[in-house]
Amino acid sequence: MKPASREFKNNASRALNDAQLQRALNTVQGGFIEKRRNAADKLPEFETLRDQARDIKNHTLEHLDLYLAEWESKATAAGGHVHWCETPAEAREAILSICKRLNAKSVTKGKSMITEEIAINPALADAGIDPVETDLGEYIIQLRGETPSHIIAPAIHVTKDQIEADFRKTHTHLPGDRNLDESTALVNEARQILRQKYIEADVGITGANFLIAETGSSVIVTNEGNGDLTQTLPKAHIVMATIDKMVPTLEDVSTILRLLARSATGQEFSAYTTWSTGPRRPGDLDGPEEYHVVVLDNGRSGMLGTEFQDVLRCIRCGACMNHCPVYQSIGGHAYGWVYPGPIGSVLTPGLIGVDEAGQLPNASTFCGRCEEVCPMRIPLPKMMRHWREKEFESKLTPHTVRTGLGLWSWLARRPGLYHLATGIAARALSAMAGRRGRLRSLPLAGGWTRHRDLPAPQGRSFQARWKSGERSMQ
Amino acid sequence: MSEAQPKVGLFVTCLIDFIRPSVGFAAVKLLEQAGCHVEVPDAQTCCGQPAYNSGDRKSTADIALQVIEAFEGYDYVVAPSGSCAGMLKKHYPNLFEDGSEARKRADAVSQKTHELVSFLYRVLKVRSVDAAFDGSVTYHDSCSGYRELGISSEPRALLATVNGLKLQEMEDSNVCCGFGGTFCVKYPEISNEMVSKKMAAIEAAGTDTLLAGDLGCLMNMAGKLKRSGSNIKVRHVAEVLAGDTDRPAIAEGE
Repeated sequence: MKPASREFKNNASRALNDAQLQRALNTVQGGFIEKRRNAADKLPEFETLRDQARDIKNHTLEHLDLYLAEWESKATAAGGHVHWCETPAEAREAILSICKRLNAKSVTKGKSMITEEIAINPALADAGIDPVETDLGEYIIQLRGETPSHIIAPAIHVTKDQIEADFRKTHTHLPGDRNLDESTALVNEARQILRQKYIEADVGITGANFLIAETGSSVIVTNEGNGDLTQTLPKAHIVMATIDKMVPTLEDVSTILRLLARSATGQEFSAYTTWSTGPRRPGDLDGPEEYHVVVLDNGRSGMLGTEFQDVLRCIRCGACMNHCPVYQSIGGHAYGWVYPGPIGSVLTPGLIGVDEAGQLPNASTFCGRCEEVCPMRIPLPKMMRHWREKEFESKLTPHTVRTGLGLWSWLARRPGLYHLATGIAARALSAMAGRRGRLRSLPLAGGWTRHRDLPAPQGRSFQARWKSGERSMQ
Repeated sequence: MSEAQPKVGLFVTCLIDFIRPSVGFAAVKLLEQAGCHVEVPDAQTCCGQPAYNSGDRKSTADIALQVIEAFEGYDYVVAPSGSCAGMLKKHYPNLFEDGSEARKRADAVSQKTHELVSFLYRVLKVRSVDAAFDGSVTYHDSCSGYRELGISSEPRALLATVNGLKLQEMEDSNVCCGFGGTFCVKYPEISNEMVSKKMAAIEAAGTDTLLAGDLGCLMNMAGKLKRSGSNIKVRHVAEVLAGDTDRPAIAEGE
């Protein structure tokens, strides 16, 4: 996927002026927040679980090399094939070569953000293989030629009316006068169409919520059961994972799973939690003949041992974006790459470069709501600040900002001069505002005054008054 | 001045110093009423957040050292702002290497730094104020005060003791107003969307006054309310707690 994060401001502006998008964002957002709060409130040990989950992942990341090796040996012993890939291109190649060897014509896909990261769908299509998204949200945006705007609710930006129109346009073999007023009608229609696709598919690709070192397994959670059909019916199941999906034991996964759905959708558990260990064994009633796991790095190992290591604890629940007032205002596409919201603002610069994605960690008020709800206690605002530091160090911060900031910092370190300057400015602005008490516009302050008035100073500064012995406003 | 009287260094904050000195005087009054000896060190300018949040760690550390130098002699450092108090308390120590002399000094200042209202309530055990306010107010929880310092019940508890004041909560009182320091001028359109939503929540609360504990947020919300022609008055919580509401509200004329 070609990044458009440099265009963040324009993207955001477009999103803010998109009435349809704003409607979609407003209808859905509140539900996630309330459901998560209820789920967390109902579980007395929720906060303790967050600590435990953080510690599990920290431990895993500290010893990631050992766990990856252990997992590989167990996965291989169970009959799985492991493909280590450093870059998206290598991952695409690994998947394509499996598909080509099996003469695949059609590939079903469970929901996977990493397959977005490696842009597998266009690569499959170019190779004459039909990729079919089976998660309802993913199916909808595939019809629309879009990318996910949320990591667990990919079509959150689309309204029901739009979906109905898309279905009528695409499913032309169905009667034109069918009733699609209810959401359930839309779901049933998609389900019927996808049934046939599962049966026809030669290969099924899913993501992985976790890889388990102890058993060599992979785990996915879904609410639609589409992942199970994707991975059990075709000849081969390919799991697309990254190195940070690792956890040591089944017990550890169980701990983290207790947080995942509660943080994401407010469910106690997702409807389906599916564990895969190797391909179909002799005597198994179903399952794929081949089980492959493609494990991508794509820059993640470079974050180990740095101030950004903590972000690799992420379990992709989406709570940070559900609670982010910036995300709520502009939706996910404005972020310009695969991962939106606060997690994207930290992860994206790490994966595609801070020169490419530097806008993202800047577009935060540091309100801290993301960190407040992150089940893995990832200090997202702190890491956004670290990216700003990287930008500043490598002089990527815009020249005007650097100059203004430099002048201000210089002045702030000279209290005498500072008080003189601010004292003069306060009186001048106060005089400009006159009896109105506020300014409607001010040179160089357009960013502020375009949308709001600027409250005027009350006249002389506090310091000036205090020094002249005043102890109340005169 | 008695020996037991706590010696408080008031960290005025750059915005209050510049825009709204009346909040500084209200803070002094509240602290003195609670039995503190208050001084205002000369050598303070700003806590350094603009540099810190723009990635300029070096300048931030220089400014922090200047603040530490000016305030380390006091029993307490008190700021009428959750954001600036949070900066001194939660972020200054991280600017310096673990074990260094500067780190030790930053830790010491961090430990004695408090936001004004939480200091009155938690440290000085103030449970009521001597003030009257004829009207209804809604209270916005500023992000740093709420999430970094856990301030939420304290201002409400003290406001409840203001004669005549009626507190009416707004929806999502702890959701960001869109100020975010330099954010509001770097991303004005997003900031505008956020403050517009906040304004809708404030107006829906139906009170005649909006209060909060951070002047940056207050200026943002007041500026938006005034631009939209709203009659809702906006004040710093300290002004109401101190009974200093004679002056025009924020962004209001004479």
